[in-house]
Amino acid sequence: MNATLPQTNTSEIPAPPRRLLTYFEEGGHTLGSWLLTTDHKRIGILYLYSIVFFFTIAAIAAALMRMELVTPSGDMVTSETYNKLFTIHGATMVWFFLIPSIPSVLGNFVVPLMIGARDLAFPRLNLLSWYLFNLGGLLAIYSIAFGGVDTGWTFYEPYSSAFSNTHVVTMVAGIFIAGFSSILTGLNFIVSIHTLRAPGMTWFKLPLFLWSTYATSIILVLATPVLAMTLVLVAAEKIWGVGIFDPRLGGDPVLFQHMFWFYSHPAVYIMILPGMGVVSEVIPCFSRKPIFGYHFVAFSSVAIALLGFFVWGHHMFVSSQSVYSALVFSMASYLVAVPSAIKVFNWTMTLYRGRIYLDTPMLYALGFIGLFMMGGLTGLFLAALGFNVHVHGTYFVVAHFHYIMVGGMVTGFLAGLHYWWPKITGRLYPESLGRLAALIIFIGFNITFFPQYVVGYLGMPRRYHAYAPEFQLYNVMSSAGASILGVGYLLPLIYLIWSLKHGKKAPPNPWKATGLEWQTPSPPPKHNFAQTPIVTQEPYQYSPEIEEELVHG
Amino acid sequence: MTPLTPPIVTRKTYFRVWIVLLLLLLLNWGLAQLDLGPFNLIAALAIAFVQMLLMLLYLMHARYNTPLTRIFVAAGFIWLVIMLDLTLSDYLTRGSVPGLMRKSWEHGAWPAPTKEPSH
Amino acid sequence: MAEAHESLAEQFDDMPQQLEASTLGMWTFLATEILFFGALFLSYIIYRHTYPEAFAEAGRQVKILHGTVNTALLLTSSLTMSFAIHAAQKGRNRPLLGFLFLTMFLGCCFLAVKGLEYKSDIDEHLVPGAHFAHELPVQGQIFWFLYWLMTGVHSLHLVAGIGVLAVIAWLAWRRRFSERYHNPVIISGLYWHFVDVIWVWLYALFYLINRHA
Repeated sequence: MNATLPQTNTSEIPAPPRRLLTYFEEGGHTLGSWLLTTDHKRIGILYLYSIVFFFTIAAIAAALMRMELVTPSGDMVTSETYNKLFTIHGATMVWFFLIPSIPSVLGNFVVPLMIGARDLAFPRLNLLSWYLFNLGGLLAIYSIAFGGVDTGWTFYEPYSSAFSNTHVVTMVAGIFIAGFSSILTGLNFIVSIHTLRAPGMTWFKLPLFLWSTYATSIILVLATPVLAMTLVLVAAEKIWGVGIFDPRLGGDPVLFQHMFWFYSHPAVYIMILPGMGVVSEVIPCFSRKPIFGYHFVAFSSVAIALLGFFVWGHHMFVSSQSVYSALVFSMASYLVAVPSAIKVFNWTMTLYRGRIYLDTPMLYALGFIGLFMMGGLTGLFLAALGFNVHVHGTYFVVAHFHYIMVGGMVTGFLAGLHYWWPKITGRLYPESLGRLAALIIFIGFNITFFPQYVVGYLGMPRRYHAYAPEFQLYNVMSSAGASILGVGYLLPLIYLIWSLKHGKKAPPNPWKATGLEWQTPSPPPKHNFAQTPIVTQEPYQYSPEIEEELVHG
Repeated sequence: MTPLTPPIVTRKTYFRVWIVLLLLLLLNWGLAQLDLGPFNLIAALAIAFVQMLLMLLYLMHARYNTPLTRIFVAAGFIWLVIMLDLTLSDYLTRGSVPGLMRKSWEHGAWPAPTKEPSH
Repeated sequence: MAEAHESLAEQFDDMPQQLEASTLGMWTFLATEILFFGALFLSYIIYRHTYPEAFAEAGRQVKILHGTVNTALLLTSSLTMSFAIHAAQKGRNRPLLGFLFLTMFLGCCFLAVKGLEYKSDIDEHLVPGAHFAHELPVQGQIFWFLYWLMTGVHSLHLVAGIGVLAVIAWLAWRRRFSERYHNPVIISGLYWHFVDVIWVWLYALFYLINRHA
């Protein structure tokens, strides 16, 4: 390490002569060594397998929907099947891909490395969390395979309990169990970041990924239990026919929406904050500049997590909620835009006069900024009471949240996956293919979802398998874009797997990045560091004056 | 980071807290036998609150713990208040605008509750 | 830095760090529990606000005697749990075991009384559904549904608490705790007290405030 000042000042004890065994080698290659592991790095990889599996299922559902929507008439699937498809897509993407994607895969892998710890605070809980996740996923798969669910991922009452005769109960049970997996992961991160930081690692020396992971964990821990109990109430109402939300028995469906969105709106920030964290790591590294306004970026993560709990009513503007309440929620929704905008400004200021390397992670990160801005700004449209009533339940909303969830989170996930791939596997991926895929995904994504803004504004409602013929042009564009997007997602799947065997061996720090995770071999030894690092320097000590040789595959 | 020194609370303190808790229970039970109008509600909730505080502070050692732990103790309650508060902001202001409905079934989208559930 | 100890997990440097981590972990878990029950408390508040008369009429059917006895039992079990923690901190194994068993016994007494109460509730047709007591208003079913669900979930937590204490007692039997290491006793004590705190609120909401219209 030459130009980038090493962030750590490991003590004077000479390194042990013997090469440390990597976490792949130590403990063996048997199936049992993986399924019973308490190593946070191995658990991160187990999560990666799980979420790729669920992503595939949800993506197939999306592909079928886009195929149906090529023609205005509902000719490929029945409306019932279409209802099931968008429920599978929504519920699986939200609970079994987006929420665990960055926190459970990348977070599990890098959080202890970044704070200079040997593992998370509760390694066995961490493993339990993976098992709970898969158990929940299994129940979800069961519901999908044996008939499906047709309520949409929101399970709105009283439809879900009184009218739907699909597998609501098993689906809800699956999400209930997966919720506890989220809670345990969040709990582990919170406690680890509080208690396991290496000597010298103060709160304001933490990498920004940890600030956003911490903020995410707050939401995971405090919002998820409310969803769990709400789902228990739905299941109880469905199984025993008691009235808690069913208006025929005196219940109030709007109360369901309050409780559901008390979780699900903050959950939207679970699905974007970690992506922001990854981008805050990648941007300084590939523009060779310290992050602009570290404290602002750090506190804006916490501010988003806190303010995110005050805005849920903006999903209910047309649900017979009181007007006064709607006004309060609308104003609070505008407030959340402030910390999000702070982040975008700080990232762009970091780029300004930096020495920019357009490597794969950086391409994804730049894509993230643009797409997140589109999603965020249309979010402000939707926070406005009048405009919201106009586009409520149309494709405008669909386009808005896909710009955040896919354009933001999936792009952020891919940025992080490519950024830490050499560290995770010890191999480099082929750089040119990586850049190509990033480009294809960006183009495909925009062709898929931009037309949906337009068609939504023109009044096409979401969740219908048939539509008026004048909307066909936009829908054909959208479906065409989706196939490009599909190719873009297949590419990394192929070349990343290829790189496991054939990729070049990665040095400890291919990007010449700061941060403790780059101070240890790739892949790291089981206990992460040969000796506990001591942190003496601020994070992101990059200098744009120096030309760096980044190592590529 | 301030190292956590586990508090050793004397058995006498525990015993006193227990006596107060039981006396409060007795008081709470006694007050419920009288018809005090709205004060029944206020008294019962106030006593429950005091009992909760005593348990949190003494039995669960919140009083003897680090400020960090106390923040963790408070967080759950603060978030509960956020949820109750903002949901009530809807329910307590419903119907305060003329022409809008107080109860969600009044617009006729579904039947009003009947004595005989149709299940 | 403290000397190595067999009960120190590899990711921690010393015993105070391990105790702090487990204390924070338990409090984080309890915060999730507050929100878990919180959704039910919210439902209770909203429906009591919407149907005050029905809640008053249905609420008069609750057996206050059972509830009061149970509250006293749980408060006392919290005392014995605190004594168990005290014994553990002093490294006295026999009193620790004794108080743990007393705590579990009081917890079982609570469940027994609760069972008797449930039995008479069922006999009086206070279970929501087709056979619900027809002299009560239909919205009274919401009160009774919340009663069953909230006391039921609370009882499940108590059963879990008794299970946890049984494990702790077994570890104490194996002499795993000392003056230096007794985190699990303190942590499970936090959980036990928390279940007690929840009950204090359930007692106020279901047994006390609906007795007078």
